[in-house]
Amino acid sequence: MVNIPSSINDPIPAAEVEDVELYHPHSWWTTYVFSQDAKVIAIQYSLTAISIGLVALVLSWLMRLQLAFPGVFTFIDADRYYQFITMHGMIMVIYLLTALFLGGFGNYLIPLMLGARDMVFPYANMLSYWIYLLAVLVLVAGFFVPGGPTGAGWTLYPPQAVLSGTPGGQDWGIILMLSSLILFIIGFTMGGLNYVVTVLQGRARGMTLMRMPLTIWGIFTATVMALLAFPALFVASVMMLFDRVLGTSFFMPAIVEMGTQLQHGGGSPILFQHLFWFFGHPEVYIVALPAFGIVSDLISVHARKNIFGYRMMVWAIVIIGALSFVVWAHHMYVSGMNPNFGFFFATTTLIIAVPTAIKVYNWVLTLWRGDIHLTIPMLFALGFIVTFVNGGLTGLFLGNVVVDVPLSDTMFVVAHFHMVMGVAPIMVIFGAIYHWYPKITGRMLNETMGRIHFWVTFLGAYLIFFPMHYLGLLGAPRRYYELGESVVNPPSAHDLNIFITMMALTVGAAQVLFLFNAAWSLRHGKDAGGNPWRATTLEWQTPTTPPPHGNFGKELPVVYRWAYDYSVPGAPEDFIPQNEPDPENRSREHAS
Amino acid sequence: MTDVVETETRVSPPRPDGLRGFASDWASDQRTFKNVSWGKAMMWIFLLSDTFVFGCFLLAYMSARMSTTVPWPNPSEVFALNIGGTEVPLILIAIMTFVLISSSGTMAMAVNFGYRRDRRKTALLMLLTALFGATFVGMQAFEWTKLISEGVRPWGNPWGAPQFGSTFFMITGFHGTHVTIGVIFLIIIARKVWRGDFDTEKRGFFTSRKGHYEIVEITGLYWHFVDLVWVFIFAFFYLW
Repeated sequence: MVNIPSSINDPIPAAEVEDVELYHPHSWWTTYVFSQDAKVIAIQYSLTAISIGLVALVLSWLMRLQLAFPGVFTFIDADRYYQFITMHGMIMVIYLLTALFLGGFGNYLIPLMLGARDMVFPYANMLSYWIYLLAVLVLVAGFFVPGGPTGAGWTLYPPQAVLSGTPGGQDWGIILMLSSLILFIIGFTMGGLNYVVTVLQGRARGMTLMRMPLTIWGIFTATVMALLAFPALFVASVMMLFDRVLGTSFFMPAIVEMGTQLQHGGGSPILFQHLFWFFGHPEVYIVALPAFGIVSDLISVHARKNIFGYRMMVWAIVIIGALSFVVWAHHMYVSGMNPNFGFFFATTTLIIAVPTAIKVYNWVLTLWRGDIHLTIPMLFALGFIVTFVNGGLTGLFLGNVVVDVPLSDTMFVVAHFHMVMGVAPIMVIFGAIYHWYPKITGRMLNETMGRIHFWVTFLGAYLIFFPMHYLGLLGAPRRYYELGESVVNPPSAHDLNIFITMMALTVGAAQVLFLFNAAWSLRHGKDAGGNPWRATTLEWQTPTTPPPHGNFGKELPVVYRWAYDYSVPGAPEDFIPQNEPDPENRSREHAS
Repeated sequence: MTDVVETETRVSPPRPDGLRGFASDWASDQRTFKNVSWGKAMMWIFLLSDTFVFGCFLLAYMSARMSTTVPWPNPSEVFALNIGGTEVPLILIAIMTFVLISSSGTMAMAVNFGYRRDRRKTALLMLLTALFGATFVGMQAFEWTKLISEGVRPWGNPWGAPQFGSTFFMITGFHGTHVTIGVIFLIIIARKVWRGDFDTEKRGFFTSRKGHYEIVEITGLYWHFVDLVWVFIFAFFYLW
């Protein structure tokens, strides 16, 4: 590397881009509502995503109540149950996880961690949020239209998604769902371009790509993937919308419904599945990569040790991102596609385990002989690692065609992806909120409530999803409104279902405690100071907390080191901030 | 922090040549792509994303056309015009293609004059580009009208596979929307160039930010992309 300042004696490179001219808000409206400041947009994104996520949480309660006590809650009929499934899945995957990781944490952390004043296109960034909000409102409108929201399952497979037997299929439900997805993708593209260009072209002096915190690497790679994967969902949504509204036959084969031959013919449902999963599989990593990045930083900060194998961590993120585009048909082993595809896609799927395992080893080796502080962010980070390993191991089962075929569409699949894509990223989200809440608000979250929240959530999640693997191995199918007493659902399994539901209600209640904590600490939390975790990254070095408009005051920071100088031998403190010139150049940057 | 803070801007430090220089450029601080502005980087990445949209549309069309069990209408006959008693195949499409490719030429000239600060020529060439674009969309409207009057609908047509009409209207419609958006932007920016907004540093109505002549080139990138996409649609839909 040339011309990068590492010590106080090195020349500081010239600023290649003039300092940006910020938009200065003049009124309450432009400061807090139609704000162009990435930090405000991040909070707007996060609050919207969490609010809609609560709807999905309630839906999951209702589903569990039906599974545990079939027939008791008479307002949950089969149609409602399928609507709950669909909305729960779609909200969680897209409107909560994607929006919160990229729109929420991306907006807040990218400019701050890179030493930038703001995103490169603040106006488009603001539009991104408002279009996202519109998409959420269109989605929610589904609950209030005749026929209710769509009940096609979150994958919206045609032809059933647009037929009259499916709730919302011939009503408004499916139209609103597809419109909402199209809006979301348009809104996301505006934000996503911002995140990518800011990372590529808007960094501070001295902030090289290989000095970026892994959080940024994760968010950046996920955003690039999203910009390339969402187009497939966009196209699939447009085409299905035409099938439903204009009567085209993109995905609709010749079909007889209720004894009537429909007007459709010649379309391919498998084509939809290919398009959907070309988006759907990268989507798993769009959610997972920011989680990987954030958890790396949490572990490093709270174990007071540099991340083990930084370069390998970066390359693992990039390789996982690239590989995830060539594995999509492992979701389609039983779809009726050419069986030879299964061989190719099983191979690529299992190859992904290699970079993923590198990451897990490196997290563990970072903890090895570290000065581990069991703070709440650290607890959640540790919870993530074990949960992710658990979910990843069942992924090895499902990635193999011969094992997957009997397990397809059983509760085993539900348990697998809830572990790996539900619980694991949400652990990181909580860890990240406990970690950065002091920067966002200036106050610490309450420790006692936090610990209760963690243990109930973590243990509860295991008590929910571990038994579900067993149910799946018994053969209990997913997406069944009511199982009754059958070979796959003996009385013992039914008792297990009641237990799972109790645990689900408990874990849900713990989230109420978390929300109360977040609201209560806003006023009554302990004063955090500027850098309560004694972290190195730039967002903790801002002149005030919360960071001011423009983030860094008059002068933008100059970066002298990587983000992981913790417990450096001989340094006066156990961390050296990225923007601190160290006269003795004790950085461990080049030792890694 | 430090006593020497250089404030000189837009100067990159010297870097090694060849592959090493390439690698150190990419990994260096501040900017990965040296001498690429934020706006241009954004447009390039957007176009990459948009390529995937058109790619998915075209792949869906190709898979429908390859797997159909009923005959696919012959584009040479469907898109023929009767001129002076003879059926001339694809004549309208040929003219449309010619017009759109010509518009890329005028756009490139507009970019050139924009950087020379020749406001008059830039604005006129942009308006000429917009005129070509509007002509293209007009001819497309004519083509749609002709096909609709012959009985082509999104859900069926008199000659064979119903996917012919649905993919045709969807893909040309989506491309035509891109051209229309481009025409609108060309007119807006031509007006700004003509008024001299980029010389007087007048602030934008929505964004309250200053514009630069570079926006002409960024619009040009978009325009050339839309043009290039049309070449693929032409090849895969009409010539196949």
